[in-house]
Amino acid sequence: MSLFQGLGFAPVIEVFDLNRRFYADESPEKVNLGLGAYRNDDGEPWVLPVVHKAEELVVSNRTLNHEYLPICGLPEFRQAATRLALGSESVVIKENRVLSIQTIGGTGSLRLAAEFLKQKLHLDTVLISSLTWDNHSGIFKATGYSQVNEYRYWNPGTKGLDLDGLLADLQNATEKTVVILHTCAHNTTATDPSPQQWKQIVSVLKERKLIPVMDCTYQGLVSGDVDEDAYPLRLLASDGVEFLIAQSFSKNFGLYNERLGNLAIITKDSSTIDEMRSQCEMIIRRIWSNPPHHGARVVATILNDKSLYQEWKDQVIIMADRIKLMRKMLHERLVNLKTPGDWNHVLTQTGMFVYTGMTSPQVKYLTSKFHIYLTKMGRINMCAMTTKNVDYVSKAIHEAVTTQ
Amino acid sequence: MGPPDAILGVTEAFKKDTNPKKMNLGVGAYRDDQGKPFILPTVRKAEKIIFESGLDHEYATIIGTPDFCKASALLAFGDNSSAVQNNLNATVQGISGTGSLRIGGSFFAKWYTKSKDFYIPSPSWGNHTPIFKHSGLNVKSYRYYDPGTCGFDFKGAVEDISKIPEGGVVVLHACAHNPTGVDPKPEQWKEICQVMKDKKLFPFFDMAYQGFASGDINKDAFAVRHFLEQGHQIALCQSYAKNMGLYGERAGAFTIVCGSAEEKERVMSQIKIIIRPMYSNPPIHGARLVSTILNTPDLRSEWLKDVKGMADRIISMRTQLQDNLKKEGSSHNWQHITDQIGMFCFTGLKPDQVERLTKDFSIYLTKDGRISVAGIASSNVAYLAHAIHQVSK
Repeated sequence: MSLFQGLGFAPVIEVFDLNRRFYADESPEKVNLGLGAYRNDDGEPWVLPVVHKAEELVVSNRTLNHEYLPICGLPEFRQAATRLALGSESVVIKENRVLSIQTIGGTGSLRLAAEFLKQKLHLDTVLISSLTWDNHSGIFKATGYSQVNEYRYWNPGTKGLDLDGLLADLQNATEKTVVILHTCAHNTTATDPSPQQWKQIVSVLKERKLIPVMDCTYQGLVSGDVDEDAYPLRLLASDGVEFLIAQSFSKNFGLYNERLGNLAIITKDSSTIDEMRSQCEMIIRRIWSNPPHHGARVVATILNDKSLYQEWKDQVIIMADRIKLMRKMLHERLVNLKTPGDWNHVLTQTGMFVYTGMTSPQVKYLTSKFHIYLTKMGRINMCAMTTKNVDYVSKAIHEAVTTQ
Repeated sequence: MGPPDAILGVTEAFKKDTNPKKMNLGVGAYRDDQGKPFILPTVRKAEKIIFESGLDHEYATIIGTPDFCKASALLAFGDNSSAVQNNLNATVQGISGTGSLRIGGSFFAKWYTKSKDFYIPSPSWGNHTPIFKHSGLNVKSYRYYDPGTCGFDFKGAVEDISKIPEGGVVVLHACAHNPTGVDPKPEQWKEICQVMKDKKLFPFFDMAYQGFASGDINKDAFAVRHFLEQGHQIALCQSYAKNMGLYGERAGAFTIVCGSAEEKERVMSQIKIIIRPMYSNPPIHGARLVSTILNTPDLRSEWLKDVKGMADRIISMRTQLQDNLKKEGSSHNWQHITDQIGMFCFTGLKPDQVERLTKDFSIYLTKDGRISVAGIASSNVAYLAHAIHQVSK
């Protein structure tokens, strides 16, 4: 008689279940448009050449060892990561008003933010966007927030941002509510506020004294320009708001499994930095103690070397441009096929995904008939689209939309 | 401000000290005889192999790679482990020892219905209590260290463990107890095992030093394997920080041995739900190094030699420290220095003596009198003995 006999199965995590079903599928035509990872035009993972270069430098550097990093991580990485997010000329950095902590990926960064805000500042209410990455609510619920609510984001009628709904929901939030916003390339809707709209959002955040946590997972992959994509971060910083940035380096460096992230906490008062650091260290000590070397060394090597940094920016543009090309090709084909509906959003949405607007039966049909895997909300990963499969996928979408 | 971490704070203070004779005996990290961090030759070889194989950096699954998990389970339970053969072990990669303990703590807090009480030995690693408390458990203790003998309080441990209500979880250091260096003998382990069976208590092993204690990975895993053989369901946290010198690469594993292969699937599914909102999936580099070493026969044999080399050096430093204290003319009984095992030695020094060691001799250690033997070298063992004698005579 075992001790865990009564234990049930946990609910499956959608993207991993998609992957599992995709790998088990024997159809030669299958396409995996689920998990958000970049693929090249052969549908293969792409190790950025500059990452490979940096890895070679790290591996051959005999002065490096495997000793523990400080609890907050590799200093050269943390500083460079923060400069990337805020801009090297940022007044926040100059005035020493930002605490940077290396974390275990973007998830670790969000979890540390959630723990810090709850335990040390006693915050208990968080607003996440409707149609957001499913792990956002998971992280805050696991941390023990009693109020995990949604703010409106997507307008299905216009297939665009529901700005009025968003602003109204923020207006109605109580002071000190934590608000998770997507810096760029909103996951799931791929729809971002314009700079003008960001100004309105920031204004309400300030007025209502809300605490923004900026999820920054796709910097560079939207426009190809890291500074342009970081616009809301720079806006918040220059507007004197106290906020947090949860950065991931999984996608824009292709370092998914090295688990590299950075949490930046921006404060009005530089004298609070040391206290915040020691409180964060206490939290980290109970979860992972100190972060892993490898990814941090690779990225620090790249960001702190002028020519490697330029190489990286060029390779980010390659990724961003390939995604844009795939959008263009998909859009062209759907228009030529005269697929019902307005497919303009395929072009105007940003980042890795297209939020197609397809219905649940249409999504199921795509998978069952065509062996195309996508999330049940109809989100497709454009990075997994290639010149070789875009015709197949377009025809499949056309048939799904016209028959289901 | 949060209080400075007791262990890591020692290193911070050490760094600031300008005395050329300073010694850092605080953090439990291995040092070679020149006092330098030691990169295992097998690790260097494995790094080259990995780099040249051109592996990508795609997400590993939430639980890490299967070859890492399997190799970890076999290392702990033995190559012929029936638990592994029968697919009973729910093994996942954890962020070194800390991360594995955290997964375990959270899992038990959520899913182990019989008790929320975790009993840790007195004393234990300073981070056990915060990790388990933060996971949502009640942390209690059982007697372990006898300050009178600087040895194992076997009678006290058995008495206390016997009194634990049915279902209670008992945290056991598999080998090289941290901080005392005091381990039960095999016959004592057998008796503890029997008591826990009789009282229906759950064994939760923390094994951070397999190979490091005696130099023999099988000997060091005796307790873990014995409990399994005797029919216990166990939980196990492993770390590769010390025995592979992979401190900063954060490679470890958490295992629950389940009642059936079907139950293992259910347990795995729930463990994933704990990991995902914490950090999604584990860092792969350290795990790849471990996996390459454990799964490549030549590298594995070489690694066993590397780890024995580290253990032997520590044992030699213990012997030399004891000899030098005799030479200094100390009248105290320092037998425990060589009786104790692993990275640490509980010297028996009192807090005020520890303070003097630091202030007067620039020797850094934790307040409880624990020294990291791995931080001693042949060039300074005499100095250490001299200093200890001065503060304790």
